[in-house]
Amino acid sequence: MNLDFSQIVPSIPFILKGIWVTLQIVSVSLIFGFILGTILSIFKIGKLAILRWFADAYTSIFRGTPLILQLFLIYFATPQLTGIDISAYAAAVLTFGLNSAAYVSEIIRAGIQAVDKGQREAAEALGVPYRPMLINIILPQAIKNILPALVNEFITLTKESAIISTIGVLDIMRRAQIVSAERYIAFEPLMFAAILYYIMVMALTLLGRLLERRMRRSD
Amino acid sequence: MIKIRNLYKSFGKLEVLKDISTDIAKGDVVAIIGPSGSGKSTFLRCLNLLEVPTSGQVWIGEDEITNPKINIMKVRQKIGMVFQHFHLFPHMDTLGNITYAPMKVKGLKEAEAKQKAMELLKKVGLEDKANEYPVRLSGGQKQRVAIARALAMEPEIMLFDEPTSALDPEMVKEVLDVMKSLAQSGMTMAIVTHEMGFAREVADRVFFLEEGRLLEDTPPVEFFSNPKTERAKAFLDKIL
Ligand SMILES: Nc1ncnc2c1ncn2[C@@H]1O[C@H](COP(=O)(O)OP(=O)(O)O)[C@@H](O)[C@H]1O
Ligand SMILES: [Mg+2]
Repeated sequence: MNLDFSQIVPSIPFILKGIWVTLQIVSVSLIFGFILGTILSIFKIGKLAILRWFADAYTSIFRGTPLILQLFLIYFATPQLTGIDISAYAAAVLTFGLNSAAYVSEIIRAGIQAVDKGQREAAEALGVPYRPMLINIILPQAIKNILPALVNEFITLTKESAIISTIGVLDIMRRAQIVSAERYIAFEPLMFAAILYYIMVMALTLLGRLLERRMRRSD
Repeated sequence: MIKIRNLYKSFGKLEVLKDISTDIAKGDVVAIIGPSGSGKSTFLRCLNLLEVPTSGQVWIGEDEITNPKINIMKVRQKIGMVFQHFHLFPHMDTLGNITYAPMKVKGLKEAEAKQKAMELLKKVGLEDKANEYPVRLSGGQKQRVAIARALAMEPEIMLFDEPTSALDPEMVKEVLDVMKSLAQSGMTMAIVTHEMGFAREVADRVFFLEEGRLLEDTPPVEFFSNPKTERAKAFLDKIL
């Protein structure tokens, strides 16, 4: 075994730039996923059966098929079906956004349904209409369950984002592979990428704990 | 004030209320008693449509609430409800709990809502708890805040579903006292309760429910000394 991390030193800045790419794609996807997921969760708890059905089917499909397959479908099949070329970056954000919307909608739905149903009844008995009830009574209590779970989704997304390297997005993973190919070494660049992912995940985990503690204090 | 005709309610195959017809006049205080599972809560909840009757009609004042076209939110403002487990809003302090609906639903200004809330808190003996959050209140205090919260909407009718059943024994009296003075002020009240002493003293009528039927509607003196039905007799023998 001969390991020589000095070999990758010149490539470190190149790999580090991937942090920005990864973070950017993950954050944009999560924001997109959050907005869409919120809408889907409103469908899920709403009264209209057709919207409930749609949101449930949506979630079921995105959770029931491999993420990498969703990514390939959007990246490779979109041009074939629509004639429109889609950039790797856009395909990545779109896939991860659509995918995380499925998970986020479940997180929000579960968070809302975990709130004691007496809260809703108390509001209804006072004559409070649906929207203010949801916004002023239910959501402030649900957010305690939702926020920590959203941070977990952020973490999952950060790790799984490595598969966008397969369509050529220059994220941490892809950059490590390029360095690996250029210098005919595998362990050092991949190890370096692993450390970067790990640090990012740990930072998010810490953020999650802080949030959770904050939420508990207001109980 | 409340008119009920041929009220039925089923949950799936389970028929919980069977053919209930009665009237409750303005200022009446009705104690609803009966074995557990006899449909007392469901009956009460049919009066503000927290449960939708399967068939039959219910009027609150002039409004037939069983008519699907009715604006139930509007009618609910006239009916206060107090629950066994309080259901205070945990993320709001006492004042927040009491002022929320008057401000949101009736559009009261904050200053006005607060002033009214303070008057109500005085009535239930809790002025000093105006800025406490529910977690910091005892069960009896929570229930008194819940009563104040319902009264803040200036309802014409108050519904109570076992308001003292979740309380430690030493806190029951403080809540019953508040209810008693409310009854004396002329409020129309329907109270599901196991407090027989309270029912005897405060109620004008006793409804005895069993297996979803309204078996008795009798003044308390008569009900407790000389119930009309065997079932009520058996029930009273068991609990008294
Ligand atoms: N939401 C519901 N779904 C199904 N069954 C219910 C529901 N609410 C009450 N029941 C049933 O209806 C019957 C009467 O319940 P309830 O009105 O709560 O009785 P009580 O208040 O007299 O104890 C019980 O058998 C109970 O299990
Ligand atoms: Mg009950």
